Amino acid sequence: MAVVGPNGSGKTTLIRALVGAVQPSSGTIVKDANLRIGYVPQRLTIDPTLPMTVGRFLNLPTRRSKSEVQDALENAGVGGISKRQMTALSGGQFQRVLLARAVLEKPHLLILDEPTTGLDQPGSADFYRQIEEVRSNLNCAVLMVSHELHVVMSASDRVVCLNGHVCCHGTPDIFASAPEYRALFGSGTQGALALYRHDHDHHHNHDECDH
Amino acid sequence: MFDDFQFRAILAGVGVAIAAAPLGCFVVWRRMAYFGDATANAAILGVALSLALSVSVFAGALTIAFFMALTVNALSGRGFAMDTLLGVMAHLALAFGLVAVSFIQGVRLDLMAYLFGDILAVGRVDLAVIWGGALSVFALLAWWWTALLTATLNPDLAHASGFNPKREQLILTLCLAVVVAVAIKVVGVLLIAALLIIPAAAARPISTSPERMAATAGVIGVGSAIGGLHMSLWYDTPAGPSIVCVATVMFIVTNLIGTARGIGA
Repeated sequence: MAVVGPNGSGKTTLIRALVGAVQPSSGTIVKDANLRIGYVPQRLTIDPTLPMTVGRFLNLPTRRSKSEVQDALENAGVGGISKRQMTALSGGQFQRVLLARAVLEKPHLLILDEPTTGLDQPGSADFYRQIEEVRSNLNCAVLMVSHELHVVMSASDRVVCLNGHVCCHGTPDIFASAPEYRALFGSGTQGALALYRHDHDHHHNHDECDH
Repeated sequence: MFDDFQFRAILAGVGVAIAAAPLGCFVVWRRMAYFGDATANAAILGVALSLALSVSVFAGALTIAFFMALTVNALSGRGFAMDTLLGVMAHLALAFGLVAVSFIQGVRLDLMAYLFGDILAVGRVDLAVIWGGALSVFALLAWWWTALLTATLNPDLAHASGFNPKREQLILTLCLAVVVAVAIKVVGVLLIAALLIIPAAAARPISTSPERMAATAGVIGVGSAIGGLHMSLWYDTPAGPSIVCVATVMFIVTNLIGTARGIGA
C-alpha cells in the first residue's frame, strides 16, 4: 500500500501516528496487540559523537545472534559491513541497513517513509526490488510513502492520496483512471511533470472526493 | 583506611567518576552539554536554600537541580532556541543562588567550597551519600541502557520499538540532578559539567561502540580523579581543578591517537 501526496500533506504525520510517535488529535488508531511493526524512518541522522557500528545498530533494541545480523545484512544486499561505523556508510548502504534492522523485527507490517530519498535512480530501483523481495520472504504488509509515482503505480496494490485529508484511494488501476488522480498527476508521459498541480483549498469532512 | 582524608577523597572522586562518565556520554550524544551546566549552577541556589532552612545540602541541591532540569525540559521547544534558554537559566540560577547565599549569615567563607569543591574535606557520611547516589545513577543507566540508547538514536525509532522517549529523557534528567548533587563536594558547581563531558569526549575518538565509549569514559574519569588528587597532593594545587586538568590532558592524548588512527569524530 502506498501513500502519496504533496509536501506538507501529512504523510509523515500519518506514519508517525501509526508508529505511536504522535498522538492523533482526533480519531483512533486500531492495532492488533501483537502487531510487530518494522519501521524505516524518513531521515535518521546519527550524531558523530555517538560511535555505532552497523552490527551494534542492528542489535538495538533487541539483541540478535551474530548469524541473524549477518543474514539480515546479506538479505539487504550489504553483507560484510557489520564492523563499519554507521556514519561512514554511503546513503544507499545506510538505507539498506535501516531496512535490515526493520526486517530483523520480523514485522507483520513494514512501514517505510520515503525510503529512497537521497538515492540515485539505479539505487532506488534496487532498493524497491529489495523491498519486494523482503515482502515475499516475510509475507508482510508494506506501507510506504513515496514520491516515485511510476513505482507506486507498478508495485502497489492500493494507493492512498493525502492532502491534509484522504483525497482519494483505491487500486492503482482505478486510482489512475480516477478524475482526482488525473487532476493530481496528469496522465501519460506528462504524469511525471504534472505533479500536484490541482488546488487544495477545501476540506473533506466526509469520505467522498469533491474535486 | 577510612580515617585517611586522602583515601576518602580518592574514593569520593572515583565514586563520582563512575556515575558521571556514562551519564556524560548521553550528555555528549544528546548535545546537552550546556544543560549539565545549567543544572549544576542551579545547585548553588539549592545550597543557599538548604543552608537557610538548615536542611541537608545534598537534599537541597538535588531538589533545586532536579527542578531546574525539569523546567528546562518543559520550556525547550516552546519558541526559545535551546542555547538561549539554557544561557538564561544557567546564569539566572547562579546569580540568584549567589545573591541568596549573601543573605545568610556566616556562610560567605564556605561559598568557595561549593563553587570549587572541597574533596579533601569529604567525611564518612559524605562518602556514603556520594556512593549511594553514584551507584543509583549507575544502576539506573545500566537498567535502562537499551531504551536510553534507542531514544538517543532517534525518538521515532524508539516509539516504534515501544519505548517512550519522554520517559527516557526524564530518567536522564533525574540522573543529572543526582550527579550534580553528589559532585558538588568533589569538584564544585563550576566544574561539574567538565566531569561529565571531558571523560566522554576523551573516550569518543578511541571507541567504536556506545558501550565501549561509556566504559572508556569511566576508566578515564576514574584515572583523572586519582591522578588529579595525587597532583593536588604533590604540587599543592586545588583538588577539583586538578582532576579536570588531568582529564583534559587525557582528552588531548586520545584525540591525537584518534587523529593518528583516522577514526576521530
